[in-house]
This record gives sequence, C-alpha cells and structure tokens, in this order.
Amino acid sequence: MINITQKQIIETIRMIKIHHLDIRTVTLALSLRDCITSSVKSTGEKIYNKITKYAKNLVSFANEIESEYSVPIVNKRIALTPVSLIGESAEDVDYVYFAKIIDKAGEEVGVDFIGGFSALVDKGFTKGDIKFFEQIPEALASTNKLCSSVNLGTSKAGVNMDGVLKTAEVIKKTAELTKDFDSIGAAKFVCFCNAVTDNPFMAGAFCGINEPECALNIGISGPGVVSSAIEELPKDADFGEMSNLIKRMAFKITTAGELIGRRLAEKMDIPFGVIDLSLAPTPLQGDSVAEIFKAMGLEYAGAHGTTMALAMLNDAVKKGGIMASSYVGGLSGAFIPVSEDSGMIEAVKNGALTFDKLEAMTSVCSVGLDMIAIPGDTPTATIAGMIADEMAIGMINKKTTAVRIIPVVGKTVGESAEFGGLLGSAPIMKVSPYSSEIFVKRGGRVPAPLHSLNN
Amino acid sequence: MENSSNQIIITVTGQDKVGIVSAISNCLADNNVNIEDIKQSIMQDNFVMIMLCDVKMLDIPFKDFKDKLTALGNNLGMEIWVQKKDIFDKMHTI
Repeated sequence: MINITQKQIIETIRMIKIHHLDIRTVTLALSLRDCITSSVKSTGEKIYNKITKYAKNLVSFANEIESEYSVPIVNKRIALTPVSLIGESAEDVDYVYFAKIIDKAGEEVGVDFIGGFSALVDKGFTKGDIKFFEQIPEALASTNKLCSSVNLGTSKAGVNMDGVLKTAEVIKKTAELTKDFDSIGAAKFVCFCNAVTDNPFMAGAFCGINEPECALNIGISGPGVVSSAIEELPKDADFGEMSNLIKRMAFKITTAGELIGRRLAEKMDIPFGVIDLSLAPTPLQGDSVAEIFKAMGLEYAGAHGTTMALAMLNDAVKKGGIMASSYVGGLSGAFIPVSEDSGMIEAVKNGALTFDKLEAMTSVCSVGLDMIAIPGDTPTATIAGMIADEMAIGMINKKTTAVRIIPVVGKTVGESAEFGGLLGSAPIMKVSPYSSEIFVKRGGRVPAPLHSLNN
Repeated sequence: MENSSNQIIITVTGQDKVGIVSAISNCLADNNVNIEDIKQSIMQDNFVMIMLCDVKMLDIPFKDFKDKLTALGNNLGMEIWVQKKDIFDKMHTI
C-alpha cells in the first residue's frame, strides 16, 4: 500500500519542477597526502593517477542516481588536499604544472570544477606558500576547471595581514590575466577567515588535512522552495511561524539530499561525509535568495531589515538541517552571491543593494562577500581593505567569512560583467574612493581576539 | 517485507482520456514491473494517478525504463514522473 499521500508526492514534484530543488553538487573530497614526493614530476603523476582512479565513476554514477530520484544533480566536483602542502617538498616546485595536471585529470573524469588549489596561511607563510601565492594567477589563467582558495585568518590565530595584501595582489593579477573573459579567473578564487575543511561548494572547496582518505560531501540547494512556501503564508504570520516553516522546508530538502548522497557514496564504495544545506541561488528566475527577502516582506534585498531577514533565514535553515541529518557540515546556511542571483542583480541595478549593505549582511550569512564585480581600476590596497574588513567580521564573530570579488578589467560602474553558466552576470558595484594604502601595507598579523568580555 | 529501494512511485498527471491506465500497465508488464497499488483522482480538473510498483524483476537499466515511460507519457499527452519511493518516505516522515 502507498503510505504517502498524493499531496506529499505532488509537493515533492513541485519542489523539483517549479521551485528548482536540486543537489547543487556532489563533491568527492580526496586526500593527496600520499602524493608528496621530492620530485615535481612524480608528485604530478601520483596526483593525476589518484584523481582519475577515485573519481572514475563519479559522473556516471551521479547521473544514474539523478535518474532514479528525478532530482537534478547540477555539478559534480572534486576537492583536494591544499596543493601548497602537497607540492612544497618537491625540488624546484612548479605549482602551475600541478594546476595543469589537476585540470587535465578533472577533464578526464568529466567533473565541472576541481578545488583545493589552496593554502592555509592564517598564521604566516612557509617558503612553499610564498611561491604558491606567486603562481596562483597563472595557474587560474591557464586552466578551466581549477578553483583556488586561501585561508588568511582564524578566530584562534588572528589574521595574516601580509597574506591579505598578497591575496589582493593575486586577485588583481588574475583579473588582468583573464581580462579577455571579463576577468573570470578571479571568480574561481576565494579567500577565507575560518575556512571549513569539508565544504563542497566552490570556489572554496578543499579536503582538509584532518579529513579521511576520501569522502562524498553533498551540497543541496533550493531557495525557490523556501520563498514559495513563505509567499503562501499570510502577510501577518509572525516570525515564529515563518521560522518554523523554513525549518520544515530545510528538513525536507536535507533528507532528500542525504538520501541521494548516501546512495551515491554506497555505489562508489566510499564513506559519506557531510551534507551542506546551503540556499545557493542560480541565475534562474525563482531560484533566488533575494526573492526570499521579498517574500518575507521587504521591497528589495538591501532594504533596512535585510540583515535581520538573513539572520533568521540562516539560523532556521541550520536548525531544520540539523534535525534532518547527523552529519550537517560545510557552510550550511544562505549564500548571498550577487552575480548568481537574479533578485540580487535586480536590487543592485535599482540601487537598493550596495556594497556596504552586503558587507553588513555577511556578518550573519553563511559565508561572505561573494561574486561581486567591482571596477577594474580599483587599487590593490582598496581590495586588501575589503578583505581585511571581511576577515575582521569572521575573526571576531567566530564564523566563516570569505571574499570572492572580481575587479573587471576595462569596466566600471554602470557596466556589467558576463561570466556565463552558474556564475551568471554581475553589475559593476561602486566601492569607496578613499585610500586604505598605508593601513594595509603595515603588514604582520592582527593578534587573535579576546573571546570573553563580549559586547 | 519488500525491499523499499526496489519500490518506485509513478505519478501521472494531465487531461483525462481513454486508455491511460491500459497503456501504462502494458508498458510496465512488458518490462516485468509489478504494480502493487494504484490511486486515482481528479485534482483541479486534472487527472492524477499514483502507482506504487516494484522494479525488482526489471529487465532493462532503470534509466532506459524511465525514458520509455516518459516517451509514452509524451505520446499520451500526459506528464509522467518515475521516482524511487524512498525519497518520499525520507522527506515526509520524521
């Protein structure tokens, strides 16, 4: 006998068909710790062989599972141990060579992105890290699927301000090297404070050094499911009621994601890692986090009240997810990328959403300043200032924050950058014209903050 | 007890007409798929049929079977969804 109602079946189908419920990514986290050798060539070979061996069936198995449940699996990805750690024992290390090898392996197994071209420098640099930073722009400009990330600070260690400045230089140079494609290289690079080691989302996915040999991490999304549910609530439904509804939706989405993730992990014969329920928008209409703010009663994303709306949303999503799965991890919450969200783009174009409001929102969202296009002539020191601000929010509030910003070479406020696909398109946003130069060039490390006397 | 991972739910929606159940049942029988339960109703002027089936004895790959049913749906002018049942169990029960 059918023990589920017709209403429940139709609700599930509507979530998928109309409200874009999807598995945003199945990400194979793969340790490269056993690939370290003293030779660039043999390390490269080991990396290539390991990726192509472990991820051989990732795409075909994911397609099969997608067919069984009719829930789209949008991206298949791989996250590697930070390559800076794997490469630095090799003599005359060449990270661009590793980048190309990894990209080729990604091409071979057919994944959409491959992350972990990363470094963890929150307390300072090794010699290898310095070389790694120098080579990030060329690595990103000479690959297609590679994503890169760096961790610049933690609540325990403080923030590496030399790293902040170097990162700003990396962003500028990467944008310059990929200027023919609206500086898209910078869209595949992100810097973090308090980076998490099991995040399946790009550009920041990497396999932490504390992670097992391999695991399958799932990123699931569905902002449209949440916004449509809230739209059906009466306009005077209070915040308790709204929060409960979001929790119920998050529960349903997470259980579906965990089922599919576990089935795929079982099929691949690898451990299931975590499920990351992140309301991650896409440029599609109705797949927008900004639409959730509208459904809650704000005229546009960016209106006063948006930070509260986001705080409540983020918290309710986490609560619903936690109830649904024992292994919620990654970044779980709500992402607020600009270029990937049609509602955010609209709000920016209408002047409702500014850079400063986005920064405020990052103090309560799941990550940070994400996919924001700025004028190509923004000085390096100004970008370093933006990163420093974002690191400060993460460090003090003990949360993950990030910056993925694209200085679009040759474009300025009033124009748009086109990245295509899931990365979308972004109106160039106005930034502060005042200099941060002397401040960001002081260098050194911002000491770890006090974790008491909170106010 | 049946192995729930072999159970599927087929959801058929569209305008009511003669021969829907027969066409779909024939397709299922041709592929060794057993029907365990059927529920039909009219919802907002739409015909809705929900079938619980077992694919244990299915003799072709699941994706091919699903493609066949979807194509049949297109011919009939009906929308047909084929999904493993456990997704509904997980999503709608605590």
